[in-house]
Amino acid sequence: MNSIVDILIIVVILTNFRLLGSSQLKTCVRVVAVQALILSILPVLAGQGEITLHLTIVALISGAIKGFLMPWLLMRAMREAHITREMEPIVGYVFSLICGIAMIGLSFWLSQQLPLPGTVANSMLLPLAIFTMISGLFMIVARGKAITQVVGYLMMENGIYAFGLTFAYTEPLIVEMGMLLDIFVAVFVMGIAIFNINREFDSIDTELLTQLKD
Amino acid sequence: MLLIIAAGLTFFICGVLSLILFRNQRQANVVGMIGALSGSALAAVPAIKCLSGSVINPLKYHWSIPLGSFSIGMDRLSAWFVLVIMFISAVAAIYGYQYLKSYIGKKNLGSIWFFYNLLALGMLFVVIARNGLLFLIAWEIMSISSFFLVVVEDEKEKVRKAGWTYLIAMHFSAAFLLVFFLLLSQGKGSLDFETFSSFANSGQTLLNIAFVLALIGFGTKAGFILLHAWLPEAHPVAPSHISAVMSGVMIKTGIYGILRSFEFLGTGPSWWYWTLLAVGACSGIVGVVFALAQKDLKRLLAYSSVENIGIITLGMGMGLFGIQNNEPAIAVLGFSGTLLHVANHSLFKSLLFLGAGAVKHATGTLEIEKLGGLLKRMPKTGAAFVTGSAAISGLPPLNGFISEFCIYVAAFMALTSQADNGIAVAVVVISSLALIGGLAATCFTKAFGIVFLGTARSDLAENAHEAEWPMRLAMIILASGCVLLGIGAPFVFELVKPVVLELTQNSIQLTTGSLLWFSNALFYIAAGSCLLILFVLTLALIRKQLLAGRNVTAAGTWGCGYVAPNTRMQYTASSFAQPVTNLFKDGLQGESKFTPPKKYFPEKRDFSSKFPDVVIAKLYSPLFLATDWLMSKMRWLQQGRIQLYVLYIGITLLTLLIWKL
Amino acid sequence: MYVFPVINIILGLLLAPLMIGVINRTKAIFGGRHGQPLLQPYYDIFKLFSKAAVYSTTTSWVFRAGPIVGIAVTIVALLIIPMGGSAGILSFSGDFILLAYLFGMMRFLTVLAALDTGSPFEGMGASREVTFSALAEPALLLGLAALAILSDNMSLAGIFNGLPLETFLAPGGMSIMLVLASFAIVFLVENCRIPFDDPTTHLELTMIHEVMVLDHSGPDLAFIEYSAALKMWVLGLILTGIVTPITGTANPLILTGISIAVLFGIAIAVGVVESVMARLKLPSVPLLLVSATVLSLLAIALSTFTNGMQI
Repeated sequence: MNSIVDILIIVVILTNFRLLGSSQLKTCVRVVAVQALILSILPVLAGQGEITLHLTIVALISGAIKGFLMPWLLMRAMREAHITREMEPIVGYVFSLICGIAMIGLSFWLSQQLPLPGTVANSMLLPLAIFTMISGLFMIVARGKAITQVVGYLMMENGIYAFGLTFAYTEPLIVEMGMLLDIFVAVFVMGIAIFNINREFDSIDTELLTQLKD
Repeated sequence: MLLIIAAGLTFFICGVLSLILFRNQRQANVVGMIGALSGSALAAVPAIKCLSGSVINPLKYHWSIPLGSFSIGMDRLSAWFVLVIMFISAVAAIYGYQYLKSYIGKKNLGSIWFFYNLLALGMLFVVIARNGLLFLIAWEIMSISSFFLVVVEDEKEKVRKAGWTYLIAMHFSAAFLLVFFLLLSQGKGSLDFETFSSFANSGQTLLNIAFVLALIGFGTKAGFILLHAWLPEAHPVAPSHISAVMSGVMIKTGIYGILRSFEFLGTGPSWWYWTLLAVGACSGIVGVVFALAQKDLKRLLAYSSVENIGIITLGMGMGLFGIQNNEPAIAVLGFSGTLLHVANHSLFKSLLFLGAGAVKHATGTLEIEKLGGLLKRMPKTGAAFVTGSAAISGLPPLNGFISEFCIYVAAFMALTSQADNGIAVAVVVISSLALIGGLAATCFTKAFGIVFLGTARSDLAENAHEAEWPMRLAMIILASGCVLLGIGAPFVFELVKPVVLELTQNSIQLTTGSLLWFSNALFYIAAGSCLLILFVLTLALIRKQLLAGRNVTAAGTWGCGYVAPNTRMQYTASSFAQPVTNLFKDGLQGESKFTPPKKYFPEKRDFSSKFPDVVIAKLYSPLFLATDWLMSKMRWLQQGRIQLYVLYIGITLLTLLIWKL
Repeated sequence: MYVFPVINIILGLLLAPLMIGVINRTKAIFGGRHGQPLLQPYYDIFKLFSKAAVYSTTTSWVFRAGPIVGIAVTIVALLIIPMGGSAGILSFSGDFILLAYLFGMMRFLTVLAALDTGSPFEGMGASREVTFSALAEPALLLGLAALAILSDNMSLAGIFNGLPLETFLAPGGMSIMLVLASFAIVFLVENCRIPFDDPTTHLELTMIHEVMVLDHSGPDLAFIEYSAALKMWVLGLILTGIVTPITGTANPLILTGISIAVLFGIAIAVGVVESVMARLKLPSVPLLLVSATVLSLLAIALSTFTNGMQI
């Protein structure tokens, strides 16, 4: 096993825990950006074959969009809405960490249960991918502010990307572009939505959205 | 074996005698105690003989009850439990003799001693019965006599309610056990344990069903989580020596039942030990967190019993894991931890309950928030109580550490073994034991610290007096037991190893000398404990020498410059536990009422918090209310007219007749 | 055979307060001051030994027992802990469990001594102390479990000797890093250092350990200061044992020297942490302790994976 890849995988797992436990929104956005950056350079470092131009360009583009563009958009939304912290999450931070422990146990167990070819089974990428996806889902469910929910959505995207990495380090460009378009549209839409929520309610607490149902 | 019969007869006769003597309460008191003591001594003799190696022949008499036979036997497992039960019954009887003197004139001591002896009889026969019907009859005797002992103070509403809860829970467990034994008999028409041994060859579904029945039936008695609802109600309201016997040994008969059923059920699939581990971890953590939140001393101790049953179950889970994965060392260590903790817990929990009884006797209250400073007024009780507290927190050099050490080592061995699931099992056991140990220390520093240390928080505590000598004697015996079992760990392990080997003899092969490293470890622990005590004594002497020539003065506790600190400024029990109860507040569902101060100057405000049992409040109460509502829909059947009822009888008889034709 | 363990014990008894001196000097340098003499903790302890004691009227024998049990426990702990490749005198399989629970005993009696004074300050410190250490126990034991998997051994000496340089470079090395991170947090909690507790202020709102010993005086206080230093030495030796890859053939004297150097390196690191960080808000402390447990669990998962075992 390539040890640099392992170190990076551990770092990504640690970033997931950091995201689960932090209440500062700026930290959340920065950490998810770092996560995306690490995952985008992973295929270049892991290099099953040689490092092709195609591979580097894909890494650069995905890194640029997920690591710089999206966070910048989110920071701008945060500035508009004047919020910095998530003070009342639906699930408390200590309990989120404990759920994180359960989730990573689940991911390790699941990746052992799935019937996979040998080269994949020894890597830690699959547990990482499942863990990132599940914790992204957890963030969406367990937090109240719209920005943290977008961060959760980005985590899920990172997880799906890592899942793809598990099977093929070199993906067809179309799939990659499709995914990026997906993310871009989502963040764009969320940005507009946040702006409008803020304008309507003067806050981006999604709990207030429940008023719309009356 | 005949000695056991003699013991049983002694219990019964002395019990009846004390009942007959209802005119002279003092004599009834003495007779009752002597009955308990002699019966226990008689029963302990064959137990000790069996544990030291001699084979005791079982007894079997024919009995005209269908399915039943008077079959009793004593193997090492039974002997271990007999010894524990009889020892605690004897010590509690000594304590009870003095404690019940305050009830003379108010309650009938004769009947209390009658039921006490009957309880000892029942417990004795539960662990030596070798026939299902005899087992169930003894179980029932145990439950009913303890019910009457729980409701001694039945003029109080709370006591009556607790008694009902207890009775219902006990019969719930008996129902499951009845079905369990009937299942085990495989329709062969006899409930002898010997005929059960072929049950292990049945299909897996049948074995699984039997396992679940045993777990629920015995688990209700033991106090597993979700089935524990009766424990914190029943144990606090009984007289203290009864609570000691109930919490110290009666709940262990549930553990005995589960261990015995392994003999019939075999070792089973892996989800069996996972269930045991899950139950153990949850009981342990939930038990100790609830114990921390309590404000009544005996209720705190009752929840702590739930926690210790959790630790015992963790040991059983490790033992089962070891057997299934062919790791003899892990199996032996796991079950040794279980049996050792059974004995250790009986010692220190009884000690703590007897101490709580002394506190109640001296001050009249068990509310922790009203006590304080009792150590100066009850020094010997306090010393015994602190020994019990340190033991229950699992601290070296006392005995609680040794049983937890066995389970820890079993878990660490599972880590490095090549077994499936070894890592997961080990992580569950290590993390739950570590958390339970830490929180138990928190709980018992609160219990001992707020009750015995500091200054008295109310007049009740001001006027406390030391307990009389029989009560002190009982507590000192138990405290010395804690210390001796702690320091003598290597010897105690040699005592329990044959018991475990006999328990698991059909499943594992342990080569002689393969646990030598563990015995060595225990020797080192004992050495470390002795060194610790030696250092403490030496340093105490050194300090005494240092301070000998100097001017040692006394002053008030420093109050940050405040001139007149009073007793209400001390930390309260709820404040002490607040960091933990705050952390677990979603699970505890406590209610608090708080009126905050409004103006600038100090004025009278209040704050109160209470923690009702979550399982009762969120699970059982809604369930029972829903059942009640459902049943009320059937009320139309009861019209109150005799003609209609006679019609119901007639229709039923006619239907039965037609059906049978 | 027992020469080196005895030398290690004597070194521990003599040099432990020097660690505190190094920490204080590091903090002073960061603050732009010259600071106390390095041997100041020794002067303090000797001064306290020569003083008389004042005991509160509220207290009982528990108060007088607290400091003594504390120092007895740390001396027994010194007998267990291995240093510089030599096993302790009381080394056996599972000795780290005894170590963890011995410190539990020390904490039990310190907390009871605090409650004995009947002062709300001590009560506050006591309640915080028991909560934080209850949360730190799982992190410590689970971290040791991860190391036990890597070194396939169950005693402290065996674990430290079973972590040669190869393990560090192999994928298991990442797992050791995680355990070190977790133990760094546990070390700071157990020794009551920033970010959990501020050892310099004597205000009840910012203290946990210092406030518990507020009422002790004279030889009792000397015992407490000395046992705090010894506890730091013992826990520091655990960190040292992990960090220094021992090979069996090296000269024990050199290894002992390296261990002492690493210990003082740890002291300097603690001083740096104390100078650059502030104490955490109390509600954030459980979060950090649970993070330590998470790190230990991750280390276990990683060690299993690298050893090719199944979870």
